[in-house]
Formats: sequence, C-alpha cells, structure tokens
Amino acid sequence: MKGAGAALILPRLTLALLVLPVAAGLAGTLLPAVSGFQALIGWPGLPRAAALSVISGAASTLIALGLTGLIVAMLHDRPGFALLRRLLSPLLAVPHAAAALGLAFLIAPSGWIVRALSPWATGWQVPPDLLLINDPGGIALTLGLVAKEVPFLLLMALAALPACDAPRRLAVTAALGYGRLAGFALAVWPALYARLRLPVMAVLAYGMTTVEMAAILGPTLPPTLSVQVAEWMMAPTLDRMETGAAGAALQLALVLAVMGLWHLAGRLGAVALRRGAEAGRRVRMADGPARALAALAGYGLPAVLGLALAGLALWSVAGRWDYPAALPEALTLKHWARAAPALGSTLATTLAIAATATATALVLVIGCLEAERRAGLAPGRAAEAALYLPLMVPQIAFLPGLQMAALALGLDGHWPAVAAAHLIFVLPYAFLSLAPAFRGWDARHGLAAATLGAGPARIFWRIRLPMLLAPVATAAALGLAVSVGQYLPTLLIGAGRVGTLTTEAVALASGGNRRLIGAWGLAQLVVPAAGFALALALPRLVFRHRRAMLAGGAA
Amino acid sequence: MTGLRIESFELRRGAEVLARLDVTIAPGEVLTLMAPSGAGKSTLLAALAGALPPGFSHGGRVVLNGRDLSGLPTAERRIGLIFQDDVLFPHLSVGQNLAFGLAPGGSRTARRAAVDQALDSVGLPGFAARDPATLSGGQRARVALMRALLARPEALLLDEPFARLDSALRDQIRRLVFDQTRARALPVVLVTHDPADATAAAGPVTNLFGQPVPLPEAAPILSQKISHGGPGV
Repeated sequence: MKGAGAALILPRLTLALLVLPVAAGLAGTLLPAVSGFQALIGWPGLPRAAALSVISGAASTLIALGLTGLIVAMLHDRPGFALLRRLLSPLLAVPHAAAALGLAFLIAPSGWIVRALSPWATGWQVPPDLLLINDPGGIALTLGLVAKEVPFLLLMALAALPACDAPRRLAVTAALGYGRLAGFALAVWPALYARLRLPVMAVLAYGMTTVEMAAILGPTLPPTLSVQVAEWMMAPTLDRMETGAAGAALQLALVLAVMGLWHLAGRLGAVALRRGAEAGRRVRMADGPARALAALAGYGLPAVLGLALAGLALWSVAGRWDYPAALPEALTLKHWARAAPALGSTLATTLAIAATATATALVLVIGCLEAERRAGLAPGRAAEAALYLPLMVPQIAFLPGLQMAALALGLDGHWPAVAAAHLIFVLPYAFLSLAPAFRGWDARHGLAAATLGAGPARIFWRIRLPMLLAPVATAAALGLAVSVGQYLPTLLIGAGRVGTLTTEAVALASGGNRRLIGAWGLAQLVVPAAGFALALALPRLVFRHRRAMLAGGAA
Repeated sequence: MTGLRIESFELRRGAEVLARLDVTIAPGEVLTLMAPSGAGKSTLLAALAGALPPGFSHGGRVVLNGRDLSGLPTAERRIGLIFQDDVLFPHLSVGQNLAFGLAPGGSRTARRAAVDQALDSVGLPGFAARDPATLSGGQRARVALMRALLARPEALLLDEPFARLDSALRDQIRRLVFDQTRARALPVVLVTHDPADATAAAGPVTNLFGQPVPLPEAAPILSQKISHGGPGV
C-alpha cells in the first residue's frame, strides 16, 4: 500500500531510539570494564557496597509489591479509594531526589518526627546522635524507595486490574466463603502479577541501582555500589573511569542475577498459591489485620510523602528554628531571594531540556500510534518489551558507555546531548501513558470523517488529535516530570557542566544547608506540578463548551 | 450508467462467506438489507465504503455512477455513511461538524451560510454554535444526516440509523431521510432489523445473499415491539 513503508519510519525510529542507546551504552561500558576489574576488586568497600545494593533494592521491591497487592486487594473497591487513585499521578511526578530530600528532613535526628516527640517523650534536648538517615544498613534508603515505588506499582496495578476480571472472581471466592485477602491472592493475583512483571522488574532495577536516593538517604562508608560507580565515573582520570566501568558491569551482573532469582521465587510462589487453592482454607481471619495494614500503607505513605514535601517547603521559608520546636519562629523569603538568580538560570536549563525531550517523545509516540492505526498493525510483544528496556537495564550500567561516547564525540556537557539522553527515558513513559487512549479511540469517528471526504492527514489533525487533547496533555506533563527527575543521565552526559534543578539539589544535599536544600528541592516540584496543573486545566478550558469531551467518555 | 452497482460482491471472514450480493440500486431507490445481528451488516457497509476491517476480505466490485471504486480510499469514494449512533465529533460545535462535511472551497461567510441553511432545512435554525452533547437524539440524527449530505455524496449507506430513536421520532426522521435522498436522487443501502424501516424505504428488501425477505403486513405496533426487544437495540 502507498505510504505504508513511510508510515513505518517513525515506529522503527522509535524502536531504534529505545534499543540502540541501551545496547551501545552497555557495550561502551563493558569494554573498558575489563581493565578496571583489578582496581575494583582491590576496593575494600566492595562486598559491603554490593550487598547494600542487592538488599536495599530487593527488599524495597518486595515490600512495595506486597503493599501494592494488599492495597489493591483490600481497598480498590472501597468508597474512599477514589481519592487515593487521584493522588497517584501527582505522587508519581515527584522527582525521586525531591522525595528523598523531604524524607531525609522528616526522619533525620533533627527532623519533624523527632521534634514532634521531643523532649516530652524522648527527653532529647539536643538532636540525638543517631544514624536515622544514612544508616549503615540502608534501612532509610529502603523505606524511601518503598514510599516512592508504591504509587508507581499501584498505578500500574490499577491499569491492569480491569483485564483481570476481579469483581466476578472476588464475588465467586466470597460466595465460596473465602476471605477477601485469600480470594484475591488465589483468584486475582496470579493474573494481576503476570501483567505487573515488567513494571516490577523496572522497580527492582531502579531500587538496586539508584544513585540520587542512595546518595541522600543511603549509607556513606561505603555507599551503595551505584553511588560509588557514579563517583568513579565523574573522576577526571581514565583509570578511575575504568574502575567505574568495572563496577557498572558488576552492578549489571548483580541486577541480572537478582532478576533471575526473583523469577525463580515467583515460580515457587505460584506453586504455593495453587497448593493454597487446593488446600481450600478460607483464611477469613486475616482480613481484619490485612485491611488495617492496607489502609495504613495506602493512606499513610501518601501522607508521609506529603509531610516530607511540606517540610521542604517550610524549611525554605524558615527563619530561626531551634531544636526541638515543631515550627520555626518566623517565616522569611530571604533564602528564596538569595537563591533566585541561580534558581532562575537552572530552571531555564531544566525546562529547555525537559521541553525538548518531551516534545520529541510526543512526536515519536503519536507518530507510532497513528502509523499503527493507518497500517492496521497490532502491537507486538517484542515492541512492548523494548519499551521497558531503558527502564529495566540499570542506568548505571549503560550510561557510562554513552558518557564515554559523548566525550569522544565532544557532545558531553551540552544541554541538547542531555536532552537526547533524557529522551531515552521519557519515551517509554510517554508511550505507556498515551497508548491506551489512542488505541481506545472510537475508530468510527475516523470512518465518519473519511466518508465525508477527509484523508488520513485531515482525520488526524482535525479529529483524532483534538479529541485526544487531554491524554496528550497528561503525557506531556508526565514527560516533563520524568525529564526533570533524571539525575544520573544529567550528571554523566552533562559532565557536571549542565546543572538541572535535580542535580543541583542532590549536590546541595551533602552540604547541610536545610533552607537552601528546601528551596531547591521545592523548585524541583514546580515544573511537574505546573505541568500537571496545565494538563488538567487545558482540556477544561478548550472544551468548556463541549460536555462530552469533559466527561472523558470520548477519550 | 447511473446508480450504485454492487457486482458479484462477496464479503468473507477467513473462508466463511458473510454476504454475496449482485444488485443495482437506481438513483433515489433504497435497498433494504435485513439480517440478524452479528451477520456482518455493518462490515458489509464498511466494505462498500472502502474501510474493510482487518480479518475480512471481499471479491467483486462496486461501481458508482459509472466509476469503478475498487482500490479507492474511503475519502475518494463519495459514499456517505450514517451510523446507528450519530458519531458527531464531540470536540466540534454543531456548525463545525457540518462545515467539516461541507465540500471544500468558498469563503468563510459562504460556508457559514451553507451550514446555517442546512440547519434551517431540518428545523434546527440557530443551532450552529451549539455543543452536540446538548442535543436530543432526534436533533443529533438530523445533524448527522445533514453533515453526510453536505459532503455531496453520490450514494448513502445507512447503518440502522433509526434504531436508537424512540418510536414517535423514528417515523419523522425516517420520512426526513428518505425525502432528502429521493430529492437528491441518491442510491441508498439501508441495513436494519425493523420491518417498519423497510416498509418506509419502499424499495427492494433482501437478506445479505440477495434473497427477498417478505415483510409482515403493515402492523406498526407489532413492528415497534419487535424493534425494541430485538437484538442490537
């Protein structure tokens, strides 16, 4: 058919953009790694750093998945759940670094929680000398990861739930006398988990290899392996970079090994669930505690994140604030005024990068989805898996290779190169967010327009794209949020010379100036928040006289 | 040669033949196709309009006023299509929906005038700025009809266009549609469950294989009951 070949250009280009940088980056990381292994093995912190990565990543994923399952099982059809559901997207848009900074303020020895309990309950007149954050066991890091990943997994689970026939299966198990938790675990969870596998792998890979959260909340001597690798990669000497590459290779091997173990454990878990179904125990007694725990996690985690961000905001305007007062004595804007010049120029860079990456991603993704419709293509499994590739291969394993390529080509340290690196990570989220709306679009509108003489281009520009304005705006906001939140790509490809709100905020974190950290951490939230506010407002404004468009039924 | 010629047309899903037609519909004539739901009526109309869904295939050809439509995309066939629910574009006003259908060319004023005149002609004066979502079922059906006619089609396909309307309105809209298509001498293919539709169309009535379908004696009350309770309503 005429144009079918041309129509496939965008899908092929998008696929290449997802796969090639990851593959090339991996190759570029693994090649110099060979000469770095000697130095890596010689580093005394290695066993502990590797163990920290594995344990905090695997434990946070296991806990986050468990809580997600519990929340969906016990709460998803409860009346109050709509509120939680609405909170998920904004929570997801909070950059990891901002969440980590806020949590650090909350749980630090001089943080809000200790202040609220002191001195009346604890007797502490000065901040206690406890490692509540940066604890050597990585507990603060694990909890921070759980708080940030539960909203993501919950959102993915709720998107997959309608395909799992949950209401009827739960009705059947309830009628057979099973408790809610048992009925859900035995009849719904296997189908739900099958659809969650890729997001869970992405969470696992992130948890094991995060740099920004581990740098803020994680232990320091030694830090997690990925933090150490990032430090090596930023060092100006070649042998340090080789050590870093070797560390990145080890990190990748660890992630693959844990993914393999996770898969095995999943198999065993499935067998256990089938045994459980055979055993026929109704386990109704578990429902009370399960519901309480689900409510605690479901409403508690967003509340903790909310408090954490509120803490950032308060510190940024705090005047004198003595320990253990719960609130500052006075409020002032002088920290903001002092930070404003640097904030302004960094905000401009951040926005330029985010807008470039997001606009490019939207053009590619919408082009793919439109080509899919015109050519009558069905989305393939391989293409879906490719979407998750940049999310499942740890950033720390392939970005060093890209960094060295950028260095060789003289592209490092320029913001368009950083935007190109961000595109790799914005693309999957833009696609995952837009695909359901585009694929669910009522094709009869296209047929009606065609019988009125409209060609494919006119149908796309005049009918399909305007009708899908709301999901496109949401995807744009998500893309901006993803780009703003990127730490490692900015750091490595920017070669330390391209500063965004996130890299600057993480850099400040070690300095300990809470007021400045508060201002920069909060500034990180501004772009995603403004993006999502616009995404909500724009369709309501444009379609204020179009009732069917506001109901959301058409999109 | 004028009219819509459906020549040795065979619609298939895999190896299964869903429809086989060889018929000419004269200008101003209505061919009514009656079949149970799921028989492929909507797919047949989509095939005639050049929008065969994946998984289906067809043989034979369609000739409209002497033009062989084989291989032509939907947009170039000049065949209008009206759906069971009107499929008005929800993001456009009533007037913009009509202007979308209106053949291109002419000044903005002239196009607005043409739209207003079309609305006047179906008893909807001053409706151009309205949101389609605020219209009643009968009003939406009239807008959908005029949108299709403003594109100056040379034939019209009707996919159970009256099924969603309540019975009093159904008569009125039916009359409006057939008056318009006769006045414009359009060949029409109508698919329906409702024998009353077929009676009103006053043309040949067949199943999807071209065999005549006998209509019950005019019994409007009975026929309305059937159409309400029948499948696809």
